[in-house]
Amino acid sequence: MDMKLKDLLNEKKSAITKNWFDAIMETYPTDTTGFLKKQKDMFANPVGHVIAEGSERILEALIEGEELTDSLRFLDDIIRVRAVQDFTPSKAMAFIFLIKKSVREELKKEISQNHLYDALLEFESKIDELALFALDIYSKCREQLNELKIDELKRLTFTLLKKANLMYEIPVEEFEHKDLKCNI
Amino acid sequence: MAKPEKIKTPKPGEIASSIDFKSPATDWMDTPTEIKPGNFCWGAKEKDLLTLGLPNPRQWSPLDDDWKLPEGWKSTILDGLSDRLSKYRSFKIFMDICVRCGACADKCHFYIGSGDPKNMPVLRAELIRSVYKKYFTASGKFLGRLAGARELDEDVLKEWWSYFFQCTECRRCSVFCPYGIDQAEVTIIGRELLNLVGLNIDWIAGPAAACYMKGNHLGLEPHAIKGNIESMCDDIEDLTGIRVDPSFNRKGADILFITPSGDLLGDPGIFTNMGYLMLFHELGLNYTWSTYASEGGNFGFFTSNDMAKRLNYKIYAEAKRLGVKWIIGGECGHMWRVLNQYMDTWNGPADFLEVPKSPITGTVFENARSTKMVHITEFTADLIKHGKIKLDPSRNDHLKVTYHDSCNTSRGMGLLEEPRYIIKASCNNFYEMPENTIREKTFCCGSGSGLNASENMEQRMRGGLARANAVKYVQDKHGVNVLANICAVDRAAFPALMDYWCPGVGVYGTHELLANALVMTGEKERVTDLRGDDLPGKEGNE
Ligand code: SF4
Ligand code: SF4
Repeated sequence: MDMKLKDLLNEKKSAITKNWFDAIMETYPTDTTGFLKKQKDMFANPVGHVIAEGSERILEALIEGEELTDSLRFLDDIIRVRAVQDFTPSKAMAFIFLIKKSVREELKKEISQNHLYDALLEFESKIDELALFALDIYSKCREQLNELKIDELKRLTFTLLKKANLMYEIPVEEFEHKDLKCNI
Repeated sequence: MAKPEKIKTPKPGEIASSIDFKSPATDWMDTPTEIKPGNFCWGAKEKDLLTLGLPNPRQWSPLDDDWKLPEGWKSTILDGLSDRLSKYRSFKIFMDICVRCGACADKCHFYIGSGDPKNMPVLRAELIRSVYKKYFTASGKFLGRLAGARELDEDVLKEWWSYFFQCTECRRCSVFCPYGIDQAEVTIIGRELLNLVGLNIDWIAGPAAACYMKGNHLGLEPHAIKGNIESMCDDIEDLTGIRVDPSFNRKGADILFITPSGDLLGDPGIFTNMGYLMLFHELGLNYTWSTYASEGGNFGFFTSNDMAKRLNYKIYAEAKRLGVKWIIGGECGHMWRVLNQYMDTWNGPADFLEVPKSPITGTVFENARSTKMVHITEFTADLIKHGKIKLDPSRNDHLKVTYHDSCNTSRGMGLLEEPRYIIKASCNNFYEMPENTIREKTFCCGSGSGLNASENMEQRMRGGLARANAVKYVQDKHGVNVLANICAVDRAAFPALMDYWCPGVGVYGTHELLANALVMTGEKERVTDLRGDDLPGKEGNE
């Protein structure tokens, strides 16, 4: 990444993170107590905690130009939460693109003074790439929610199926066998 | 994960600018309630309401605009409200004394997980309080909205339905309220009112109807109960070489044992049930199962006071019919709130029973002097305390255990130490979750009070986030892989919650852990635990 832009991002990192965090928080229902933003105890406020921690790490990874896979855990943590909250898919995912807004707002002057538009575009395409990863994670979470329902039903009927001899646990060896065959 | 192929991505800002990501800032009274998939449970079925004799049986869907309310529904609700205000002094006080200090606001797991202000306990109560004010207070009648009052209309009723079935009646909020306002009781009454016009949910009305007809929520008939327990005995025999031979509906037994039916069917409840069977066999306890009073739980409690009382009736009736001396109850949550706080006044006094006295240790359970029913963890902890059973905790060395206090046993009856005592005697690796998430301050599983359906999975996952988050903490810190509990709803609901938030953590009843460690007289060398997982040091022995 352009060194100048990187320096600027680093300099303003905390302001950008805060801007981004606040923007994400605005996607939640209006709440005059500001609980999600203010409560810092990670057990009393897991949503706020996950988003605060995750947004900071993701921004760091973007600035440092780290392989995006490294920051995926934090991305996963945030998306896992948003996937079960009352959002449409686009609303759930919009938080990624909000980084762009935060960077532009916080660095507006510096970018135009230093003619950093090309560098900014390059940085922003990293964010687009991140969004693609995010989309994968989101759809996995949603798929998992469906699987959980099926698994729950299976657990409930476990004894019945077993008794009626309708369930047969395939011994591990057979699995291994099958895998072998596939590999050959 | 493989790197995705580069595809043409939208221009910067294109997406974000076209999406209105902010939530509208409206007053709660002006924020409409949306009934959306994932966020609600299906409505009660016609046939179940008919079975239970509840009002307005019909087929309906919460997704339809028309909920097919009965003629004159508004006066039915207002009359019902008036009745309850005069009948329950606590409810009237809860309607009047809240000072909106906000201490309870951020203590509800549904609010914590969703950020939706209407899930703040104070606002949940306000949903009904606003209507109370309009029709039952002078200030509300004259000042209307200025006094926080509003008309009862269909939208308000739908809002009640949505939010009173988004409260698990866990009472966490009441722990923090300086006035002791118990939102669970407000929800209980809210649900009662909704039931007056046929607005229950399927996951509650279905089990309640099954319980009314067959004696248990799952609708298991006597032969199925006997068959299930016998097949557990087969598994116990494979594991230990010992044939456990329990009796059913046996007159003249000393003790009647009643557990939630969730323990009789399905994984992982059956392992807990195997634990009870093994323990009682080892003690040579003179006890019996009943295939009629075959449900300790009570989904009537999530419907109305009368329904709960009706479903509870069979417990004392069966104890009387069989002529037992007293009753032991299995691991469950809401079952114990009902038994401990209501049974005695509903269907007691059970003066035909004796004050429970352990035949093994001689301990008299003074706390159950009146109800005559003892929680199994109290019974078992007493055995351990007196050295009456032999335990080999190393058999649980492959398990790193934390313990979830269920809301009802911890806040509803103060049962905090006994389960921990049993777990610590049965397992070498035990780790507590952080202090503000356990004991009286425990976080709900997010699926209690009849909300453990599958259609509301998103709601359950966010409702259980605060609980799961604390489990994840001990999983990361200590490698915890077992979430122990004493509740059948926990055992049914937690596996999904763990799979979503902290994969790798299994869900175990306390008596399953005990039975793993229980050294039984004449048993063969065990190579696996109750689930068939290798015991430590016995890998590959099978
Ligand atoms: S009782 Fe529990 S679920 Fe209901 S409002 Fe209070 S904290 Fe929330
Ligand atoms: S803590 Fe009690 S008094 Fe305070 S807002 Fe909540 S319910 Fe009202």
